[in-house]
Formats: sequence, structure tokens, C-alpha cells
Amino acid sequence: MNTQTVSASAARAYKSDVKPVWCPGCGDFTVLSAITKAFAELGLPPEQVAVVSGIGCSSRIPAYLNTYGFHGVHGRATALATGLKLARPDLTVVVASGDGDGFSIGGNHFLHACRRNVDLTYIVMDNRVYGMTKGQPSPTTEPDWDNALTPGGTGLRAFNPLVIALASGANFIARGFSGDPVGTARLIVEAIETPGFSFVEVLSPCVTFRPDQRDWRNAVRPAPVQPTGDIGAAARRLMTDDGFNLGVLYVGSRTPYQTHRTAAPVSPSEIEQQFAV
Amino acid sequence: MTENPGIASVADLLAHAHAMESEAHERYLDLAEQLELHRNVEVATLFRKLAQIEQLHVRKILDRVGALELPHLSPWEYRWLDDEAPEAASIGEAHYMMTPHHALSLALRAEQRALDFYSSVLEGGGNSSVQELARELAVEEREHVELVKTWLAKYPEPGADWAEDPDPPVYQE
Ligand SMILES: Cc1ncc(C[n+]2csc(CCOP(=O)(O)OP(=O)(O)O)c2C)c(N)n1
Ligand code: SF4
Repeated sequence: MNTQTVSASAARAYKSDVKPVWCPGCGDFTVLSAITKAFAELGLPPEQVAVVSGIGCSSRIPAYLNTYGFHGVHGRATALATGLKLARPDLTVVVASGDGDGFSIGGNHFLHACRRNVDLTYIVMDNRVYGMTKGQPSPTTEPDWDNALTPGGTGLRAFNPLVIALASGANFIARGFSGDPVGTARLIVEAIETPGFSFVEVLSPCVTFRPDQRDWRNAVRPAPVQPTGDIGAAARRLMTDDGFNLGVLYVGSRTPYQTHRTAAPVSPSEIEQQFAV
Repeated sequence: MTENPGIASVADLLAHAHAMESEAHERYLDLAEQLELHRNVEVATLFRKLAQIEQLHVRKILDRVGALELPHLSPWEYRWLDDEAPEAASIGEAHYMMTPHHALSLALRAEQRALDFYSSVLEGGGNSSVQELARELAVEEREHVELVKTWLAKYPEPGADWAEDPDPPVYQE
């Protein structure tokens, strides 16, 4: 057979031998599969890709890929990835987080990563809960989500990551759903291909602590409008967004931040010397 | 099924069939691994068996492909009737305590979607060699549907309390 078809086995070649410990039914499985499909479609050599994450169930993704990976510090994935991309602009750097990692403890880094516009693709698996630590509400949790830890709900207005990304300067903004692995793979391909900071929120159900999210399948829909490069138009669209519109919202044309470093790279031992006491 | 996926050539149909069977194989392997990790050995073994069956189907499709050159298709260029390759069991429906009845029901829905896909190619009309191949593939898928149905009949639906875990995942402060 002579085919270049992006087969399941081409995508599977990006998976490592480490088996995911996620709960069966967790949306993160399909996000992993969408990432591998996107890499296969782009034909990226695994040694030219680095996947950097924070902490959480979703942040375990680097271990499950055979690219370079860094399972970092809680909330600091974008900061780590920014450093890596500036030092190694030749690599494709993808960042993976959850809504707790990315918007709670990592909220400040999120704003500044959008503002800096380094050429990164940031995938946040949003399940509106802290899965790994067993079910606490996150910044994207609905104010009335009633559970054992927050009886009656937090009463707090939910954080809208797309609004923040747009206001802070992200150059590509999209939303996918883990139940649509092909659509999500396409968003990830477009995000990687678009220069600058690309943000992809993927609604990814936590079937254990948010079993209600199994119904997201019936709530999501393709956004009724085409992507725009006009920030004002994108902002107006977000005014009527209920969090379940899927697709690309905004594609800008900002020039990505680069250091344009010309000096010879400094070796790790030279850096160590500067900190020697 | 009235939608016509618009398959124009034998190579196009075989590209779809190959992707469909490969995805089904990979998906059952993924599910088997998930259930093994959660010590649900009975269901994991069943998913492994289903994966083996799908692997045989992949080989059969490859035999049909022979020296034919298949078109390059990006994941989103396949004309599936739904969100993804129809024969891939829906991963979001898995549960760590699922029973063989649930696993085989999942497989039955996947096989039925595959049959629907070929039926829609048939109903779409057009090229006679595409029609002939679609008919053959539909006959095979119908056999798979029947096979899974017979298998499923051995596992009656469990009681409503099947997911009751004496040591459930608990919210933790
Ligand atoms: C500095 C620090 N604070 C708190 C924690 C505990 N912790 C681990 S994961 C997590 C939240 C993860 O939630 P999210 O990012 O939404 O990921 P999910 O598990 O839902 O995929 C927290 C608070 C930690 N590991 N490190
Ligand atoms: S706890 Fe939730 S987020 Fe974590 S693996 Fe299980 S289903 Fe997924």
C-alpha cells in the first residue's frame, strides 16, 4: 500500500510506553489522541517537539508522549515554556494545563504569556474542577455548582479564559471539545501553524468529580460565525458566548516576541558559576 | 441514513475503510489498557479480543488495497457521518466499573455506525465499482453486527446498581 494517510498508527507513534492513569471516560484521553493526530498531520519529528505542563491530571500529558517533555511546577507551565522557546526557537513548544493549573495558581502567568506573544501553543483541558486533588472548584466552575466541598456553590463569577486571552493579546484563540477529537486535532494544527501565542481551551469532562459533564456532548455546537482578525468583533462575539461555542474565535497578526539573541549561548556551568557562594 | 458522504473512487473508499478499522483497533487497545489499569480484567480481556478482531479487519482491507495508491487525507477530510471514525468505540462512555454488557453494547453501537457509513455510500449512488465495494464492506459489517449481538446476548443487562463502588472516589479537602 502506498499511502500518506494520517493513520491511527502514525498518530500512535507519538505515544510513549507509559500508560495513562486517568479514569476511564476522562476527556483527557481524547485530547492526548488529538495532540498525536495533530503532530502526525504536521509530520513533526518527535525530537523537534517539547510538551511542557504544570500539575494536575491533564498536566500528565508529557509523560504519555514520546516527544521531549517537562512535567513542571504547578501553574508555571507557560513560564517554563517561554524560557524554553526563547532559548530554542527551533523547537515546536506546546504547553498543556488544566483550568486549575492555568487559571488559578497560573492565572498571572497566563495573562503575561498572552501579552508576550511568544510562539507557543497553549492547550488547557478545562473540566471546571481540580480533578487531581479530588474535586475542588476552579476559576471556571459555575457559581452554583453544589458539591460536598462548596455546599450551594462558590457563588463566584466564573472566569472566562477566552475573554482574558483576547484582552491580554493572544494571537490565536479557539475552543474545542474532547468529544470531537478530529475538530480538536484541527484546532491544534492551526494553533501550532499560527505564529505567536495560541490559546486553545478544550472542554474535557472530568467524569469522576463532574459526572454531569458527560452531557456536554449535547451542549456544544460549532460557533455560528467565522474566525475574525478584528479584536472588537471577537469581543462582541464573546458577549453572547455561553461557553459551548466551538471553533476558532480570533486569529491576529501580531509579530511573535523573540530575543534576537546574537551572543554565543552560555553553558550551564557558566550560569552555575554566577550563583556559586 | 440519507446523508451521502460523497465517496468518489475505490481508493477514496479504501482510505476511509482503512482509517476506520485502524482507529477501531487502536481504540479497543486504549480501552483495554485503561481497564487493565483499573483491574477490570474481564472487560479489559474483552476489549483486547475486540482489538484483535479489528486488527484482522485492518489486514483484510490492506489485502484489498494491494498496490493501489490511497489519497492523502487529513483527519478532518474524512467524510464520516459523525465526529470521528464510526467504528471507534466512544471513549467517553467508558467507566472503570463497566461490565461486559456495557463493553459489548459500546462495540455494537460502533459496528452499527460502521454499517451505517457503508449503507450511506450505497444509498449515495454513483460510481459502480465504489458501489460494489461498499456493498461487500456493508455485508461484512452486517456480519460483525450480528456477531456482537450474539456475544452480547450472553451478558444480560446488569442491575441499576452496577456502578456502586464500596470504596468510591471521594471529594477531599
Ligand atoms: C504549589 C502547589 N499548590 C497546590 C498543589 C495541589 N494541586 C495539584 S493539582 C491541583 C489542581 C489541578 O487542577 P487542574 O489544573 O484543573 O487539573 P485537572 O487535575 O483537573 O486536570 C492542585 C491544586 C500543588 N501540586 N502545588
Ligand atoms: S479525576 Fe477527573 S480529570 Fe482526573 S483523570 Fe479522573 S476523570 Fe480525568
